[in-house]
Amino acid sequence: MTPSLHLWLLPLLPLAGFVINGIVGRRLPKAFVSTVALLFPAAAFAQVLWIVAQVHQGVALPYLESFATPWIAVSGFHANFSFLLDQLTLVMLLVVTGVGLLIHIYSVGYMAAEDGYWRFFSYMNLFLFFMLTLVLSANFLLMFVGWEGVGLVSYLLIGFYYSKDSAANAGKKAFIVNRIGDFGFLLAMFLIIAHFGTLSFRQVFADISAHPELHGGFLTAIALLLLLGATGKSAQIPLYVWLPDAMEGPTPVSALIHAATMVTAGVYMLARAHVLFGRSPLALTIIAVIGAATAFFAATIGILQTDIKRVLAYSTISQLGYMFLACGVTAYSMGIFHLVTHAFFKALLFLAAGSVIHALGGEQDMRNMGGLRKKLPVTFWTMTAAVLAISGLFPFAGFFSKDAILAASFAAPNGKALWAVGLVTAGLTSFYMFRLWYMTFFRTARYDEATTGHGGHGSHGVHEGPWSMLVPLIILGVLSLCGGWIGWPAALGGNDWIAHFLDPIFAGATNVLPAAAPTAAAVQLARILAGVSMAVALFGWWLADLMYRRKPQLADDAAQNAKALYTLIWNKYWVDQIYGAVIVGPVLAFSRNVLGRGIETGIIDGANTAMTVTASGASSVIRRMQSGNIRSYAGWLAAGAAAVLVVVLYLAHSF
Amino acid sequence: MTVPIVWYLILSAALFCIGVCGFLIKRNIITIFMSIELMLNAVNLSFVTFANHWHQVSGQIFVFFVMVVAAAEAAVGLAIIIALFRSRNTLNVDRIDLMKL
Amino acid sequence: MNVAVFILFGLLCLGGALNLLLQRHPINSALSLIVVMSSLAVLYLLLGAEFLALAQIIVYSGAIMVLFVFVIMLLNAGEEERTHGSRAAYLAGIPGVLALFTVLASTFLTLRISFGGTRLGSFLVRTGDLSRVLFRDLLLPFEVTSVLILVAILGAVVLARKES
Repeated sequence: MTPSLHLWLLPLLPLAGFVINGIVGRRLPKAFVSTVALLFPAAAFAQVLWIVAQVHQGVALPYLESFATPWIAVSGFHANFSFLLDQLTLVMLLVVTGVGLLIHIYSVGYMAAEDGYWRFFSYMNLFLFFMLTLVLSANFLLMFVGWEGVGLVSYLLIGFYYSKDSAANAGKKAFIVNRIGDFGFLLAMFLIIAHFGTLSFRQVFADISAHPELHGGFLTAIALLLLLGATGKSAQIPLYVWLPDAMEGPTPVSALIHAATMVTAGVYMLARAHVLFGRSPLALTIIAVIGAATAFFAATIGILQTDIKRVLAYSTISQLGYMFLACGVTAYSMGIFHLVTHAFFKALLFLAAGSVIHALGGEQDMRNMGGLRKKLPVTFWTMTAAVLAISGLFPFAGFFSKDAILAASFAAPNGKALWAVGLVTAGLTSFYMFRLWYMTFFRTARYDEATTGHGGHGSHGVHEGPWSMLVPLIILGVLSLCGGWIGWPAALGGNDWIAHFLDPIFAGATNVLPAAAPTAAAVQLARILAGVSMAVALFGWWLADLMYRRKPQLADDAAQNAKALYTLIWNKYWVDQIYGAVIVGPVLAFSRNVLGRGIETGIIDGANTAMTVTASGASSVIRRMQSGNIRSYAGWLAAGAAAVLVVVLYLAHSF
Repeated sequence: MTVPIVWYLILSAALFCIGVCGFLIKRNIITIFMSIELMLNAVNLSFVTFANHWHQVSGQIFVFFVMVVAAAEAAVGLAIIIALFRSRNTLNVDRIDLMKL
Repeated sequence: MNVAVFILFGLLCLGGALNLLLQRHPINSALSLIVVMSSLAVLYLLLGAEFLALAQIIVYSGAIMVLFVFVIMLLNAGEEERTHGSRAAYLAGIPGVLALFTVLASTFLTLRISFGGTRLGSFLVRTGDLSRVLFRDLLLPFEVTSVLILVAILGAVVLARKES
């Protein structure tokens, strides 16, 4: 008898935190709000750990749990509030609750001086509720609820400083662009209902597996529509434009939502629906191409950005491109592995950047930073760990996951071109991350020491934040160092634990899973590929060191010599402007002229006016009956009576 | 010699129509009122005729009640006319047009 | 004999009614109406309604028309002025009324065979029969009409009172 794991409790715990903080948090002291805000995510994390222990003791996976009352029960379609727990879910749960809890702890220190403290934490707890619903759901419909919900909370949190125009606009942009992706998801769900009659994962995938002849055709359509949803949520080409603007939100928001969890929902969905994607080689190719192209594209933009958070935003887009690439070459477990390591080091990068911003009193432009190495030691060392991890340097976390993806794309059929693009992107990644590192922490300070200082309590110099901010940094730093060891590839002497752990889910889908006992040639190839990636990363580091520490004027010279290319990249390829002119402009014009003037004022107001004119016109005619003249009244009276008489006679057939 | 019932009925119709005519054409309000009384009488004649034809008494009962009501109506109506004359000082209905558009 | 009486008093009725229309002074119209009512009383007698005939003379000619004459004299109503009122009234007035009369007459004439005739004495309602019905079967409406008359008296008194 399988003991109940009480999965339903997991999303409801943060929801309770949202409700409590949302309703009474405004009037209660900060200590209360913080306690509530930390208590419920911690409880959720504790439950996840308990679930891990239960699974270790023998609870069989996959584990399904649903509420007895059906959600939608009409003839031809049923949907339940059902939760699914398998290895993939377990990995995602640990990432969401673990990293989420760390970021909540960090936010207690970071947001201490802000208005709307209670509002921030209630939204953060709400986000956890929706994200956990998304991850735990056992059907597309409940996943869509979580999908939309995280989009909503993202809008609320990006626009947290609602009095700032730029923040409000960024929130709107994020929501609208996400909506376009959600539209694709919705259409995909309709197609799935039409063809399979259900939205439950188990039934749909079992149905597909039972019919090996199903191939391409409508499955490709469903896959491409799901992909549209994923590109919206995970900020890939063409729907990535919202993520850089989303940096208007507070830094913990960027860390939690736009690095570690929400943007990975798209990758999670691709991995969850891998059975479906496996039947459409066209969709898989498109995913891989989009992933590689986005990774490269975003990396090129990142090398010239000057706002520290924007660099990290483009870096996120680029790393998500890697995960898409992995899914595209059916190396799903590698994609999930990179998702996990990326959560660690990207969250750490954002939190450390937040620490720098907090210490400098809100300064985000890297050109005004510098020389912070001695002033912020904890931040410096943890950020170093993250930078080494993201650049893919052995033995940090990013090396193993990125290398696994590159090896998988190399081994995939027709994947060599993708491998080459991924390799160049790795070099660019290393370059811009070390550029960030040098500009922030090295060289001479370019900020004014006397007037800079965090919070409102003025200029007593630049110093570290409180312990609530530093402890999560340290924990994530450690994870960035050793988090990758769960995926030490067999070819290089490890046991590739994560791939084997996720095997029950992805076996049969992936054709690039390294075999348990690799051949000598495979080991050789793996070593060569690993060596090449390391070399490229180190080259990026060397180049950044040259251009941004030792000889800074090289950077300016390069900008001068390649003026056209520089301008193109500096303006982010003018993508926002192109979208504005091609899509937003015509839509607004259509909306104002056709819908606004034509339909609203013409048809609807016109119908209104027509009705009133008719009524008043008819009444001015009929009004003549009430002339005030007694004899005309008498006349009408007699006429009416005569009419009645005639009718009665007619009815009595007396004619 | 018998008188055909129909002659009584036609007489009644004629009186009624003359009453209606007077009601519409005359300008003096008292004359209009008198035309209304003429109409009532025409109807009374019709009732009595039918009572005779069907050999029932209920026609005559009805006439009785019509007479009572006509009396009451005449009293109140003339009182109204007096009140109206007091305020407007005219008996011409065309001049009593305060509610004109 | 019946026919002669009917024709005489029927013509009196019609003549009186037409005179009411054609006279310009209301007092003349009132006197014509008295003629009409008296002739109608005779016709009631022909039809066997003896109580109603006398009630007609006492109530209608004797009370109501006297009331009319009193009011005409009180208000010193003069000849009618020639004012133009409403077109609709003239339109419905004469042609419409003629149409109405035609309709009614034709209806009655198509039924003349089934109606038959009457003569003096073919049907008589004695006063006793009438009062038996009034006081036994229709006692409540009878009492209600007395209340109605009371209300009318009150109304007339209040309405015609001089503003003090």
